[in-house]
Amino acid sequence: MTRRGYPPFTELGMLALALIVAGGIYLSAHIPQHVPLGPAIALLVASALVLAINLALLTRVSDFAWPRFFQVAKWALLAYLFTAAMIEYAFLRDHLKGGPLVILTLSLLVYAVQVPTLIAFTVARWDDSSADDADLPAPGH
Amino acid sequence: MAASAPPPAMPRPDFEIVPRKGLILVAIVMVALIVTIAVNSLWPLQFFHVAGGAAWTIIDLFLGLVLGPIIGRMSIPARVEFTTRLMPKMVLIMPTVVTATLASGWQLSTKLGTNLSSYPEHGWVVASFIVVGVMAILALGLLEPANIAVLFELKKPRPNGAVIERLMKRFIYCAGVLGVMQLATLIIMTKLASS
Repeated sequence: MTRRGYPPFTELGMLALALIVAGGIYLSAHIPQHVPLGPAIALLVASALVLAINLALLTRVSDFAWPRFFQVAKWALLAYLFTAAMIEYAFLRDHLKGGPLVILTLSLLVYAVQVPTLIAFTVARWDDSSADDADLPAPGH
Repeated sequence: MAASAPPPAMPRPDFEIVPRKGLILVAIVMVALIVTIAVNSLWPLQFFHVAGGAAWTIIDLFLGLVLGPIIGRMSIPARVEFTTRLMPKMVLIMPTVVTATLASGWQLSTKLGTNLSSYPEHGWVVASFIVVGVMAILALGLLEPANIAVLFELKKPRPNGAVIERLMKRFIYCAGVLGVMQLATLIIMTKLASS
């Protein structure tokens, strides 16, 4: 935690992304064989949980710049929903179906929410930086 | 702890965080990409994948290993001016180049059958997934947020130089790591193209 009590939002966000990416690689590496979906589901659930916990921890930060967070998050969400839709389009174009399609679609949803929150957090945490420029928090956030 | 005081005003050119005119070019590339995937023809798919991949690799290598150290040695005003001109363009260029490269690459590998587990060089293909995955996590989790946050800081009436320096360091170091990882991509892709 830093001086203002920020949770390790970036680290946890990157962990959530890593879990999603690992699930995608796991499924992609088995094409066209039958893929046991258990590991991919576990990775997806773990990623969604980390995302939820991360946001919950952030709500506990006092005087966080939520208006700035939502201002950035909504536009970033629009952009990343578009990229997620592009990937989904490629999956559908290649006739992906069944369990793998459901898991990859949900993974894309987590990705499309996770990345905008990372961008919005990084912007919002420095929103009033001119007030505390002399005491920057530790690196890594 | 030093007493809090408003940072001095920092001269910088006016700029848009997301250059709106550039969005037209992005839209053109995206429409072309969608059409290319829909048509599923070899030449356009290879064009998007090779041209996009080359641009991605070169930008990462150049930014991380050449431009980054140069920016680090610039004076603060010069760095701020350079940043306000470079970073808004990067907000549009990198996501577009990466999306075009990966989407066309996946479609190309589906068309050629190189993403099937029966493909003789399947291990190399999976290695490329892993390298791209790690690069995506770094780019999306560290680089892109730092890029946007620097621009928001520079938009303030009194930007905080220390915050800009910290975020730019993160951006440049991250670009350097991605540049080195691009070397792994080059090794894998040239191996696959030669097999």
